[in-house]
Amino acid sequence: MTFPGVKALDHVDFTLRKGEIHALMGENGAGKSTLIKCLTGVNNFEAGEIHIDGISEAVRNRNTLDAQKHGISTVYQEVNLCPNLSVAENLFIGREPMTKLHTVNRKEMVKRAQKLMNEMNLPVDVTRNLDEYSLALQQMIAIARAVDMECKVLILDEPTSSLDDSEVEKLFNLMRQLRDRGVGIIFVTHFLEQVYAVCDRITVLRNGQLVGEYPIAELPRVKLIAAMMGKDFDDLASIKPEGGLHGGTESLIDAQGLSHAGKIKPFDLTLARGEVIGLTGLLGSGRSELARAIYGADKAQTGTLRVKGKEVHIKHPIDAMNLGMGMLPDDRKAEGIIGDLSVRENIILAMQARRGMTKLIPMKEQEEIADHFIELLQIKTASRETPVKQLSGGNQQKVIIARWLATDPDFLILDEPTRGIDVGTKTEIQKLVIKLAQEGKGIVFISSEIEEMLRTCNRLAVLRDGAKVGELSGEMTQELVMKTIAEG
Amino acid sequence: MKKKRMNSNSILLMLTIALFVVMYVSGCIAYADKGFTKLQVFLDILKNNAGLICVVCGMTAVMITGGIDISVGALIAMECMFLAVGVEQWGLPAVALLPLMLVIGLVFGMVQGYFIGYLEIQPFIVTMAGMFFARGMTAVISTQQVSITKSELMTKLSTMKFNMPFAIGAYTNKKGKLMIPNVSIYVIIALLVLVATFLILRYTKFGRSLYAVGGNQQSAALMGLDVKKTRFKAHVMCSFLTSIGAICYVLNTMCGTTRQALGLEMDAISSAVIGGTLLTGGVGNVIGSFFGVLINGTISSLVKTNGKLSSAWPNVVTAILLCFFIVLQAIFARFRKKD
Repeated sequence: MTFPGVKALDHVDFTLRKGEIHALMGENGAGKSTLIKCLTGVNNFEAGEIHIDGISEAVRNRNTLDAQKHGISTVYQEVNLCPNLSVAENLFIGREPMTKLHTVNRKEMVKRAQKLMNEMNLPVDVTRNLDEYSLALQQMIAIARAVDMECKVLILDEPTSSLDDSEVEKLFNLMRQLRDRGVGIIFVTHFLEQVYAVCDRITVLRNGQLVGEYPIAELPRVKLIAAMMGKDFDDLASIKPEGGLHGGTESLIDAQGLSHAGKIKPFDLTLARGEVIGLTGLLGSGRSELARAIYGADKAQTGTLRVKGKEVHIKHPIDAMNLGMGMLPDDRKAEGIIGDLSVRENIILAMQARRGMTKLIPMKEQEEIADHFIELLQIKTASRETPVKQLSGGNQQKVIIARWLATDPDFLILDEPTRGIDVGTKTEIQKLVIKLAQEGKGIVFISSEIEEMLRTCNRLAVLRDGAKVGELSGEMTQELVMKTIAEG
Repeated sequence: MKKKRMNSNSILLMLTIALFVVMYVSGCIAYADKGFTKLQVFLDILKNNAGLICVVCGMTAVMITGGIDISVGALIAMECMFLAVGVEQWGLPAVALLPLMLVIGLVFGMVQGYFIGYLEIQPFIVTMAGMFFARGMTAVISTQQVSITKSELMTKLSTMKFNMPFAIGAYTNKKGKLMIPNVSIYVIIALLVLVATFLILRYTKFGRSLYAVGGNQQSAALMGLDVKKTRFKAHVMCSFLTSIGAICYVLNTMCGTTRQALGLEMDAISSAVIGGTLLTGGVGNVIGSFFGVLINGTISSLVKTNGKLSSAWPNVVTAILLCFFIVLQAIFARFRKKD
């Protein structure tokens, strides 16, 4: 099958062969989902053609049903089955075996469903409700449904995100089994190890363009990462981190073995006053999750956390706030900014929360604080009473930073503070981060851009697949970072 | 695999049935002297609730899709009034009006179903509009209480009794006359509706689609089901069964008034919930809903038999039962999540 010139993706060609597992790789926004949506008829495409089985006539899927008829089935990360129905019904709904009276032949359905499960070696009683089984089994049941519908192409979109290691292994066995039967599988994941464990071929996309298609043996991890990030590995210019930041002697944060099941494996992390520590890794490697575990947004399930030398138990973000932490979430629209409130109200929010809602901060004081930070961070706003949603993205970001600075934290977590803002403002925020560190605050900085990390951080913690795999300091280069991501 | 384990939904159903049995048996013990043990008392519960049984069948189907229909009471009132005025004032034959009631129900359901299924408007709002419309139309047709007296057919149907076969539950009354328990024709209609709905929900593609749509609408669509059509059909079915319910209702009351079947929609919803239907959709069963109706009917009957208690008590008891079952459902739901 080929799909030349999908326009939303800017002329991407993609070929899937019979009986192969083909990884589709790329960072966020690379166009993986768009490509899949074009294949499955969720999105329309303006140019290009899809051919199945080498037939010269082009196929155009108008919806998922169409795609299924053409033998293209998709299993998503979120299992798309009905939890309230039995396994058998989930396998056969919409295409139930019928009796002569045009009623559903439940006996026959159960029989065929059980046979299907046995063939795939799934230990499932098909008469039980779907939600009595683990997510992994549900996923495999979804795959079984696709397979039984005689799919030629099976698309697995991030199927392993919520599975544990042994479940992943089971899924892989199933995938290999299907491959040997001649099913072509497109596997989308951001777990590098899984790609190398199960795939035959890799296609890399970046910014909606095709980077290349490689047999797995010809693309070692380092090269894959370089291809995804868009850096020609050999030509990477080394940039030395600017501004000599040195950690003080007082340790602000000392985390030992913190973890949150399914999100971040146990890690150690220390942070001293005056330090900017960067969390780097590919998207979904656990950068945000690590920060959330410290901050109590995902309560740490194991390990100990010391703040300023004292052992603490953080159950909720408010505990962290009371200990002098602040966190700027990566999705500022959803978690940070409250668009209808004014700049002043947004800035005062965390401070008020920390004081308790009953002790209202006097209006005069609120205005003074707001003016102070608008001036300090050079927030471009018509007035302090302007609704925040009217500000540009970069200035909204500054408002959130101001919110945390108003609480005078010792320790700030900034998750993607520069995403989606223009270059000029980016540099301003980077400078601000360094300035805050020089004033004696500790900062955890998360960004997808390695250059930015190298410029602002004096230490880097490297993450991969939900685990911390290394720490870099001193002479840091992009090559080194990428190598660490790839090899740990 | 051979041994079928009970899931939480069937446990809830068993609980509902058990509650009914306990309630009824204790009623029999407490009011044995007042004749509560007689089979006729039970049959009268069916008789008084025949209309509600039809309605609750439709309501269950709609609730399984995750929807709701609060227009059912008003629709009954409108149709009863239509029939009553049609027979009494317009001089039309009941034999033509009865099928016309069903047609009205179909059209009513199709309009509501179109708004809900195809235009994807909240069922609550759509059926609330339907409710206002039908209640309003009832008063437009007539604001008086119109008793049905002129139609021979109606009188015949209303008084038609079917004795229990083999005189089961027969007894001799004080005058020494043999009384054989009987049911009216509309009880038989209601039970037929119940059986038909049960079969439709369990053994037809449409029935199973209802569950799939209620379980996870997006999944149902991705699995190739026509979600819009399914929801449309569910509402048509509900209004149609409600119209059959209206026929049962009018045969029982033999009149049309603007206050007819006031709050019936809430009785139907509460019966369905007590019977294990989830408001969130995906789970439900007409057998449960049927027992929900019986429980509500038994409470009323017990209060009536007692004779001293205020007639407001059934509402209070229903409220307590609703809370009990909702909490139970929530506990089961949480339990399952932990699994």
